[in-house]
Amino acid sequence: MTAKIAYDDVEVGTELPARTFPVTRDTLVRYAGASGDFNPIHWNERFAKEVGLPDVIAHGMFTMAEAVRVVTDWTGDPGAVVEYGVRFTRPVVVPDDDKGAVIEVTGKVAAKLEDHIVRVDLTVTSGGQKVLGMSRAVVRLA
Amino acid sequence: MALDQSFVGRSYPPTEPYEVGREKIREFAEAVGDANPAYTDPEAAKALGHPDVIAPPTFVFAITFKAAGQVVRDPQLGLDYDRVVHGDQKFSYVRPLRAGDRLTVTSTIETIRSMAGNEILDVRGEVHDEAGEHVATAWTKLVARGADAEQDTTAGEA
Repeated sequence: MTAKIAYDDVEVGTELPARTFPVTRDTLVRYAGASGDFNPIHWNERFAKEVGLPDVIAHGMFTMAEAVRVVTDWTGDPGAVVEYGVRFTRPVVVPDDDKGAVIEVTGKVAAKLEDHIVRVDLTVTSGGQKVLGMSRAVVRLA
Repeated sequence: MALDQSFVGRSYPPTEPYEVGREKIREFAEAVGDANPAYTDPEAAKALGHPDVIAPPTFVFAITFKAAGQVVRDPQLGLDYDRVVHGDQKFSYVRPLRAGDRLTVTSTIETIRSMAGNEILDVRGEVHDEAGEHVATAWTKLVARGADAEQDTTAGEA
């Protein structure tokens, strides 16, 4: 593991570069194929509405995959991630248009632990509303 | 109907090995739009100290969730899968998954709780490689919304 960020160079409160990730219906179809999650709530508007959703929603695991990119882009080495967890609090609704939805992710160092390990807390929103809660990654820095 | 508490602690037999392929990792990385070369270029992965391309952190879910199917579809447990949404997800890694890994998953029911008419099930999936070494652990919280529980589309996702 060779993270490009040094433990000694960060402190509690250090902010990671924020990112935004667009998500359209096309994105969801690709993710369904790659992940093997073909639940129709992620691609079939008629089905989604029948089960009480406002529209097609993104896979929670897709949102989780995007959010951690703020951490892996920062460290350079995705293998530096030791732990990663989230709570799915609100779905990302993806309308059937060219814009779709946008997932906004910010992160900051919340704790410096032993052994060059830090905890990063992520804030993940879409349309101004929090979509993941308790979103935390534990990473080993250089 | 409350789920049977005697299932807490129950482990299911290890799954057949899942072989992690370079092209499957590439497909997954492209699907999430992540161009990190550690996922697609063996030389870039080696420069970071990995023997082959590695998988993005959440890639392992496809393997552990399939394994958790043993639990959620266990007729004796009697979970109503049509009402299940994904509550929480957590992973810990001993090392990243990489191309060439042949991985088995052992699923265990950690807790069963009833809350506000919902059944909440915590499943742990332990991932081991062919040598028997521990690679990663996934904790998946599944919430089966009770028939009488208020429909709440703001919490959880399938």
